[in-house]
Amino acid sequence: MINIAITMIVLGIIAGIAGAILGLGGGIIVTPILTLMFGLDIKYAIGASIIVVIATSSGSTIAYLKDEVLNLRVAMFLEIATTVGAIAGALLTGILSPKYLYILFGLLLVFSAYNMVKKLLNKNSKTSQIKNDQLATKLKLNGSYYDKSSKKQLDYNVQNVPGGFIVMFGAGLASGLLGIGSGAFKVIAMDTFMKMPLKPSSATSNLMMGVTAAASATVYFFNGSILPYIAVPLALGILLGSVIGSRIMQILPAKWIRAIFVPVLFYIGINMLLQGFGVKL
Amino acid sequence: MNNKNKQIADEMNEIELIIGKILRIGVIISATIMIIGLLLFLVTGNSGYDQNYIPNNFKVIFKGIVQLKPYAIMMLGIFCLILTPVLRVVVSIYSFYKEKDKLYVYITSIVLIILIFSLFI
Repeated sequence: MINIAITMIVLGIIAGIAGAILGLGGGIIVTPILTLMFGLDIKYAIGASIIVVIATSSGSTIAYLKDEVLNLRVAMFLEIATTVGAIAGALLTGILSPKYLYILFGLLLVFSAYNMVKKLLNKNSKTSQIKNDQLATKLKLNGSYYDKSSKKQLDYNVQNVPGGFIVMFGAGLASGLLGIGSGAFKVIAMDTFMKMPLKPSSATSNLMMGVTAAASATVYFFNGSILPYIAVPLALGILLGSVIGSRIMQILPAKWIRAIFVPVLFYIGINMLLQGFGVKL
Repeated sequence: MNNKNKQIADEMNEIELIIGKILRIGVIISATIMIIGLLLFLVTGNSGYDQNYIPNNFKVIFKGIVQLKPYAIMMLGIFCLILTPVLRVVVSIYSFYKEKDKLYVYITSIVLIILIFSLFI
């Protein structure tokens, strides 16, 4: 028992650091490890993973709040889409074959990773000036943040609000259906669709993941999919790891974050595709 | 006018700090409950219930807490952790209200209503 607890705490710390840096819930890291390495039933892996998502989010939200990287308005506005999506996803479980979702999201992830590689290779890495978007201005979504690595206060505009909103609904759907934080999709919605800089995107995604996961976590809590002896030490490790991770992430330059993010996106995307086509790893 | 704006900005900074502290307390409380439960579980080597049984409703959990059953305490800690993002939404409504941002009081309230709705599905 004590061995399992220590293993889970260590796994939690690693997943927490990785999750906070990449703006992922950590669930997508934890679920494959619990099922493939520990042979845990996928039902319990998903239950533990949704708790992991909340722990990552709550652990790092505290750090971001103090440093004001987070865009609270963007988070709350898009949260309408993700929570409704999460509930719809939870209700859809069992009706729809997750096979198609795996394939669809796998493709989307691989495409986004490819997109990010293109951005990385682009020598002209200066953030392009985004025009004022009417809807974004009306909703007061434009923001500014203090960038610790360049030691400057950076202002940014947000665009394509409807596009981001729709992707967020899909992110919520995936979260409710698969028990993940779907942080990757949330970062894509803000970074790729709404043209928000990566750091506020990651920080905002972290906050949103917790709220989205809370909508489906209660379902898992009351239907008995949460194993306390796995979920508790994992959550404790994650809390510690995500606090460490969010400190590291503010010092890392955005380009580095992107470089780490790309292989992770590829990895998850290919994993999801394989799962969709029924290939067991 | 500028003075007034500055005053609001100062006040908002203070509110943000208070929110940060409230959230930190929420996370610390749930972590403390989880640590107590986990230690009790490791020391006694027993969940307090029949093998494979997980207490998953409030009645059983609260009864188990009174009897200091490790799984009941661990589940309470997990539930408190699930509530921390909800707490974040609640305090954000207050923060927008203080900022006199009606639009976002409404938007954030909608999110809270959706979350409460999810509890009853």
